[in-house]
Amino acid sequence: MSGPGAPRAGLGLKLASGFVFLFLYFPLLIIVLYAFTTQSSAFTFPPPGFTTRWFSTAFADEDMWEAVRLSLTVAAISTVIAIVLGGLLAGAVYRARFFGRNAVAFIVVLPIALPGIVTGIALRSTMSLGDVGFGLWTIVIGHVTFCIVIVYNNLVARLRRMSPNVVEASADLGASGMQTFRFILLPNLATALLAGGILAFALSFDEIIVTTFTAGQQQTLPIYIFSILFRPRAKPVTNVVALLAIAITFFPIMLAQILTRDTAGTRSR
Amino acid sequence: MSVTTPEGSASTSSLHRASAFFYRHPVVKLLLLLLPGLLWLGVLYLGSLGSIVVYSFWSLEEFTGLISKRFTTSTFAQLTDPANYEIVIRTVGMAAAVSIACAVLAFPIAYYMARYATPRTKTFLYIAVIMPLWSSYLVRALAWRSILAGEGVLMWTLERLGLDGVARAILGAPIVGGPSLVQSKFSLFIVYVYLWLPFMILPVQAALERVPVSFLEASNDLGAHPWTTFRRIVLPLAKPGLVAGSIFTFSLTLGDFILPQIFGTSEFYLGQMVYVQQGVAGNLPFAAVFTSVAMVVMIVYLSIAKRAGAFEAL
Repeated sequence: MSGPGAPRAGLGLKLASGFVFLFLYFPLLIIVLYAFTTQSSAFTFPPPGFTTRWFSTAFADEDMWEAVRLSLTVAAISTVIAIVLGGLLAGAVYRARFFGRNAVAFIVVLPIALPGIVTGIALRSTMSLGDVGFGLWTIVIGHVTFCIVIVYNNLVARLRRMSPNVVEASADLGASGMQTFRFILLPNLATALLAGGILAFALSFDEIIVTTFTAGQQQTLPIYIFSILFRPRAKPVTNVVALLAIAITFFPIMLAQILTRDTAGTRSR
Repeated sequence: MSVTTPEGSASTSSLHRASAFFYRHPVVKLLLLLLPGLLWLGVLYLGSLGSIVVYSFWSLEEFTGLISKRFTTSTFAQLTDPANYEIVIRTVGMAAAVSIACAVLAFPIAYYMARYATPRTKTFLYIAVIMPLWSSYLVRALAWRSILAGEGVLMWTLERLGLDGVARAILGAPIVGGPSLVQSKFSLFIVYVYLWLPFMILPVQAALERVPVSFLEASNDLGAHPWTTFRRIVLPLAKPGLVAGSIFTFSLTLGDFILPQIFGTSEFYLGQMVYVQQGVAGNLPFAAVFTSVAMVVMIVYLSIAKRAGAFEAL
């Protein structure tokens, strides 16, 4: 809607936007602030003093590192499976017109359109019926289910912008399907795949609702954070772990945004 | 568009033969592409959803504590108990209130991004809005525990402004109140709005981007008051975006069971009920009843949203 000669925003709109922006980011500053407070069981403002000792307390906790490792493993495996499944589905749905195409697009979105708790309990009851032991792989199954749509959406968006003729041109010039995939499709889709993969990774890394139902005794990082939330003492430790969780996903997400935005600008025709 | 593969090159290798085969038999190729994803989502996932519906028509035997796999509507009938249907109403009410508040807050910033922001500012704001979307909601909720604490920054600010009476009045109020600032319905509401706001900003901004400036100018030229232009032109065109955003704000509130444990009062929410019945109480059929309710509510919501054109705005 913006364009040359667009009028300047009124003061009211600017203030309202600024307020909403502050609302989004002020709480994150608060997390940082209370990671350094000297109080162990209260959140007095302003904090009476500052210390870095909660960092050493948190980092000395082997359970936390265990949770970080599990979350990273789950996210990595889920992302790979989601890329394969989401990629194939995107390849099937884009351009092809077939009976049930809308239904396919619908069930891909369903896991994020329905509340996470529905997905969680549904998968859990199936897993119990199948007598599967809850652990790494059951967590992965849950995460793949809602990660597919992330990869799928990113790819479909990119495929729509790609000229359909390039694949046919490649075949006309004698390339095999593998060659076309390797030299034509992959370079065109690479950034969309990477961005989709990163976002799927971040989503998996931070997920707690579905995970609560599909995890056994092991704790992913969000579940670990939730478990230490109600400890009466050493409350700032939760803030430290929270900062760590933010840090792990922040830079990859930035990268994903840059990847998709750049190509959106240069490739549009 | 239909170009056949040259005969000569197709026979050179098995790879070529395979690609030629798939080119000539697009249905086989389509099925192979669809198969893994459909097995996962269509069989495993939809099957699981179906099994939950089946569970909701089973019951828990009172004395043995075992699940009786005989068809009955008695578990569903428990919903008629006021204590139970009030949970559904409370949760749906909260989800609706949160969605409306998100829409109101999202509009100004989305409008600013779509209409006034320079490309650089827009990129900055876009990333600023999208970052929280992908970072842990639990972590972001945590911040509010310290903000809302009795001696925390919110009360500190209100006391400096002489407004601490307002906070106490809210806590004392019948529907929104609660025992403390951290544990009140009002706080739960604020934290939900905070968490889901980005989900609303993005689709609304995308919808507003597509509103041609000429429409606004035409409306202005024809003598419409800016407020009329907003009501008659901007709002209807932004509707698909608002509805698309509300799918997320509504669905996420509907199924959450984490936040009520941190910020809520002793009143239960639907997600909590599913969680407790499934876990501690071991009553999977009853948990399945509440899950089915959530599914039905969402399916109704999605079909309304579809009619409002929200799926194109997702």
